[in-house]
Parts: sequence; C-alpha cells; structure tokens
Amino acid sequence: MIRGADIVVKSLIEEHAEFIFGYPGGAIMPVYDALYDYSDRIKHVLTRHEQGAIHAAQGYARVSGKVGVVLATSGPGATNLITGLADAQIDSTPLVCITGQVAAHLLGTDAFQETDVVGLSMPGTKWNIQVRRVEDIAPAIAKAFLIARSGRPGPVLVDITKNAQVEFGEYNYVPCLGVRSYRPYVKIDQDAVKQAAALIDSAKQPYLLFGQGVVLAHAEAELKAFLDKTGIPAACTLLGSGALSEEHPTYVGKLGMHGNYAPNLLTNQCDVLIAVGMRFDDRVTGDLKRYAKQAQVIHLELDPSEINKNVTCAVAIQGDCKDSLADLTAAVKVSSHDEWMARFRELEQQEKEAVVINDLHGTHGGLHMGEVIHLINQYKEDDAILVTDVGQHQMIAWRYFDYKQSRTQVTSGGLGTMGFALPAALGAQLHDYSKQVICVVGDGGIQMTIQELGTIMQTKAPVKVVLLNNNYLGMVRQWQQLFFDKRYSFTELENPDFIKIAEAYKIKASKVTEREDLQAAVAEMLLHDGPYFLEVVVEKEDNVFPMIATGCSVEEVRLS
Amino acid sequence: MNRYTILIYTENFIGILNRITIIFTRRGINIDALTASESRLEGIHKITMEVSVTEQQMVHLAGQIEKIVDVIKAYYFRDDEVVYQEIALYKVPTESLDPGLEKVIRQFNAHIIAAEKEFVVVEFTGHKQDTQALLEILKPFNLLEFSRSGRVAIAKPKFSVQEYLNNQTYNH
Ligand SMILES: Cc1ncc(C[n+]2csc(CCOP(=O)(O)OP(=O)(O)O)c2C)c(N)n1
Repeated sequence: MIRGADIVVKSLIEEHAEFIFGYPGGAIMPVYDALYDYSDRIKHVLTRHEQGAIHAAQGYARVSGKVGVVLATSGPGATNLITGLADAQIDSTPLVCITGQVAAHLLGTDAFQETDVVGLSMPGTKWNIQVRRVEDIAPAIAKAFLIARSGRPGPVLVDITKNAQVEFGEYNYVPCLGVRSYRPYVKIDQDAVKQAAALIDSAKQPYLLFGQGVVLAHAEAELKAFLDKTGIPAACTLLGSGALSEEHPTYVGKLGMHGNYAPNLLTNQCDVLIAVGMRFDDRVTGDLKRYAKQAQVIHLELDPSEINKNVTCAVAIQGDCKDSLADLTAAVKVSSHDEWMARFRELEQQEKEAVVINDLHGTHGGLHMGEVIHLINQYKEDDAILVTDVGQHQMIAWRYFDYKQSRTQVTSGGLGTMGFALPAALGAQLHDYSKQVICVVGDGGIQMTIQELGTIMQTKAPVKVVLLNNNYLGMVRQWQQLFFDKRYSFTELENPDFIKIAEAYKIKASKVTEREDLQAAVAEMLLHDGPYFLEVVVEKEDNVFPMIATGCSVEEVRLS
Repeated sequence: MNRYTILIYTENFIGILNRITIIFTRRGINIDALTASESRLEGIHKITMEVSVTEQQMVHLAGQIEKIVDVIKAYYFRDDEVVYQEIALYKVPTESLDPGLEKVIRQFNAHIIAAEKEFVVVEFTGHKQDTQALLEILKPFNLLEFSRSGRVAIAKPKFSVQEYLNNQTYNH
C-alpha cells in the first residue's frame, strides 16, 4: 500500500512523463511531497505562474510529440490553467493536467480554495474527471494519457481531492488501451480513396492545403511522397508550417489572413482542392460564401465533426492522414502541373516586389520586423525552433522564417493567446537543450508572462528571446489604422527598460536600435551559449501585408 | 428548421449531460425537451432530446456530441421516423370533480392515478398537442399544478447500439 500522492507520481513515470510543469499549493502538497522522492526519475519545473506552466507544457508537447504534464493546486492554481487549456484544445495539443482539490467531504461547501474545476474546464478539455478515492487515481491517469494523445489530441484534466492523495491504496498500474465509447482510430474507406484519386487524376489545376494534422499524424514523409508523385502545388496553414520543407519544389507558401498572395488568390481558381489535416478555420477561408466555390473539395481529416463543417466536400476520407495519404499516393497517377505552378510563381514574384523586398531589406527609416527574421534565417540552424507570441511579429516571423523541418513551429494559432511565447519557448527548449529555440515576442505579449524569465534563469534553458518592440499593441494598432480611422484607442504602451529586467534575471541582454548593429547582434545572440535577450526597436507603425480583411474573400487579398 | 429527436447513448459518467448541453449553449440552440435514463443495455444511458434546428445544424450537433469521449453514439430522427410519447400529470382540486370533469377524463382516456383529500392527480400520455389540449380544458376547473415530461421515443429505423459496439475496434 502506498499513498495516493505516490500513485500519482508513479503513474506519471509509468507514462514516460519526463517533465512536469507546475506550481505547488495546499491542495496538491502531498503530490509535491511525493515528487521529492522521485526527483531522479522525473523532472519538475517550477514556473512563476500556472499559465506559464501550461504554456510551457504546450511548447514541450508541440516540439516533442509527447504529452505535456502540468501540476497545479486547487482554486486559483487551477483557474490559472484555463487559458492554456482553451489554447491546447483548439490547437489539438496533448496535455495531462493534474489539479489538487479540497477533500471530498468539503466539496460543494465553498471551502477554502475550492473551485468547480471540472465544471470550469469542461468546455476547454477533451475530457476531464474528478477523482475522490485513492483507488481511482491510477485508472484515471491511465485513461487521461490515452485520451490526450490518441485520435485528435487534446488537453485532459484530472482533479484529485486531497483525501485521495493522502489515503493509502494498492498500486498496480495498468495502461489504458481503449475506452468503449471512444473510437480514435478509423479504417480508411478505400472507395473514398478511389473516388479522390479519380478526381485528382482528372484535375487540371489541383491544389493541396495542409495543416497541423500532418504533423500530429507524423505524415510528413507521406505528404512529400504524394506531392513528389503528383506535382501538385501545396500551401500550408499557420500550424502546418514546417510539415513540408519550404524548399520542396511544389511548396507555394502560406494560407490565411496574412499568408502569401498566390496561395490565397488561387484558392478561388483551382478545380480540385485537397485539404489535408486542416479544418478550414475562418482565418484561412475568409468569407466562406466566396471560398473555393468552383472547386471540388477532397478532405483528408481524422475528426469526423470537422468534415463538412465549414466547407462541403465532394469526397471525404476520414482517418489518420498518414494512412490516407499513403493510400492516395498509391492510387493516383504520376503527373505534373507546370503551367498551373507557373501562375503561383508569377504571383509570388508580384508579392516579392510589392511587399517582401521592403520587409526584408529595409534601407531607410526604422527597422522592419522582417529584417530581423531575415537575419535570423542566415544564422540559425536548420532545425531551429521558432516560438512566437501573438500579433504582428507573429505573422511576420511566420511569413519569413525559413521552415525546413517539422515541429519547428510553435505558436498559439487557434486561440491567439498573448503571453504564450515565453513559457512555450521554455518548454520547447527543455525538451532538447541542444536545439536553438528562438522566441519572437512583442512588447505587449511579453509583459503578460514576463515573469517566466525567472524560470529561464533558474533552468538555464538557453532560449533566445527576440523582443520586437514597436511600443504599440501593434496588430490592434494596424486594425485601428485600417478600419477605425487611425483612432489609436489604448494601444500605445509606455514600456519599462526591458534590458534591465532581463539583466535582473541574470540573462545576457542587448538592445538594437540601428540597422547597422542588427546583424552583429543577431549573430551574437545565436552563438551565445545560454539564454539571451535581444530587444530590437522597430518601426512604430509598420503593417503586415498581404492581408485579407475580415469579411473579405480570399481573392480580395491585398498587397498594401 | 425541422423538429428532431436525438437519441444519445452514453457511458454512465458524471458530468456527461453537462458536456452535452454545453454544445447547445455555445451555439445558442434551445433544447425543447430532455429525458435521461438507463437504457436496455447495462451501464449505458440513453438521453432523448427534442430540438428544432436546420438539417445542417443537426448534422453538426450530432458530430459534436459524438466527439465527447463518453458518448457512444448519437442518432437523430425526424418526427415521422420516431414513435414517441410524453406523459403529463394534472393536479385538480377535489371539489372540481364533477360529472363534467369525469367525462372529459374518460374522453381523453386519461386516468386518475392519485386521489387525496384536497386534490386528484390525472395522468395522460400523448403528443404535446394532446396533453396541451387537456391542459386547456382543465384550466377552468381550477387546475392547481401541471407537469409534462420530455419525449420518450423509439426510432422506427433499425439500429443497434450493441451491434455498433461490437463492430468497432477501439484499439489500434
Ligand atoms: C490575451 C490576449 N489579449 C488580447 C489579445 C488581442 N490582441 C491580439 S494582437 C494584440 C497586440 C499584440 O501586441 P504586441 O504583443 O506588442 O505585438 P505586435 O502586434 O506589436 O507585434 C492584441 C492586444 C490577444 N490576442 N490575447
């Protein structure tokens, strides 16, 4: 017989959890006490805020492909996880969050730090459960891991009452192999594959869009094989970036509100649209009524509730796209689409002249965010991981970062959570200290979780933080400029001395304001052994283009 | 808009109803009626819901409901595809019991299922318009209380949850 708290820790070890990101408190103290005995087998990272813990676990999960584990106390500890849960839910990130809860006999009495965590987290979790008895702990954790990592991954929360943590019970861990009501795996319907292959073979201007589903299914090689055989132009969503090397001959760029010109515009000119592991988010489709109406849509998607949700398809192949892509590749004929591809390249050239050259090679005026990313590309390693926060810098960094490998892109896509980047970068870095983790963040977002510099200090995680400071909540300011008559209502920030803050956390820091100093500073940062904080003061009123304004169609993508 | 009866088979898991209703709340869709109980199959619960939505909404809702880990299957049917009944109870003061009222009760094929000193309880089963009609008639008899259940429904098309469970593998 061992204590419930020991069962929690042993169960996590059994599930090969390597890290726990967490923050202690009364209702979870028995588990913390147990952790003390297992510190050689499982590493705990003390963040400075529970939101930091869950974002760190997300960063870890996204780059490692493993389940991120979070530990928090009841009440305020648990409620601080809510943003991260919602974020992980919408971006399909596998997490197991364990929260402490008041003793079972106090439930429902408004006891000290009692919160209905199960009720609060229900809409933001794939599954959650409250455990009130010691014998239920191990089965709940086993089920939690299965659900978090299988099918379309997502966050799961296990709320454990304090009495269950201190009671003694038998320990006999049985991994959960299946849940009767839960069917994460699907056999590929070969008739659908045949239909899809026929459509693809007959298409004059086929076009493929891929999303994070490819990454989650580990289907990068299958995607490449399909494109190699068919020669079909392929564009990615924000979270799909990196699943295909940008050097691939049929890669044509990025989709969505601030994606590339050609991939958006030509969506409305293709005859067959193949969507792989993406869910037609409104940031990708713009006005749905005017989205790809001319095209026959083929959707390769694991989650059946995403099929025909936003876009009606001619053929749906439900299942893991690693399987469906392989089957489809076997079924289609070898082809090429040079003329059609040339249209993409032509528009790409237009975008280059109208936007890219100026973004990347500024010559006068303030520094552009794009110049910084351009220099990072020159000094970074091929497998460097880019973690971004939310705002203009996110879109610019995404547009210009040179993605060569899968799982090098970490950002808050679906929820757009400011404050995500700094802790997520920490989590990504902890997975592998040898990789370059570059955290690009705005002056607004960094101040939402700036305290995590403390965790970077304590763990010595060699994260490279690049603060692009425009003294504005830039993305909101851009909208105010374009759609609210330049009424900059509460978007200008009076900022602290960020360098002093970084230095107070014993992180090497430098600040660049002039173009001629930028290159050396970026090089120094990336060569530095250990964490580094680089602040770059950029043009105050730069905008991100191309852009599809809200309510507009993908073909109304504007270059200025 | 169509009227649908949704039959949801679930594990007997705490909070499952909450998870299901959140789907409706989030989309601003009203649940017109709801009943829940154990099903024929041991350990499996059956929730019956009545909603008015478009077909597209219905497909979407069913997808979202089935996505819930503890939901086994959600079936939905148009009114002509289900046999359904609702039970209504009417509390009438004993002093209102006169031949006129007794005739109404008989006409409707309703029953007095409880008689207390002060009141009687009349039970009547039928579709909503039928139980509503009786309600209108009883109102002038100083009706004290009225209670109507949600639908209890059986689908006409053949399906078997047991078969569904048998045919699916849930392991890789
Ligand atoms: C938690 C949160 N609050 C508010 C927003 C709305 N929002 C989106 S972008 C943005 C501005 C971000 O400013 P900054 O971090 O300075 O980055 P920039 O756009 O200047 O690169 C805001 C306020 C958000 N996405 N997340």
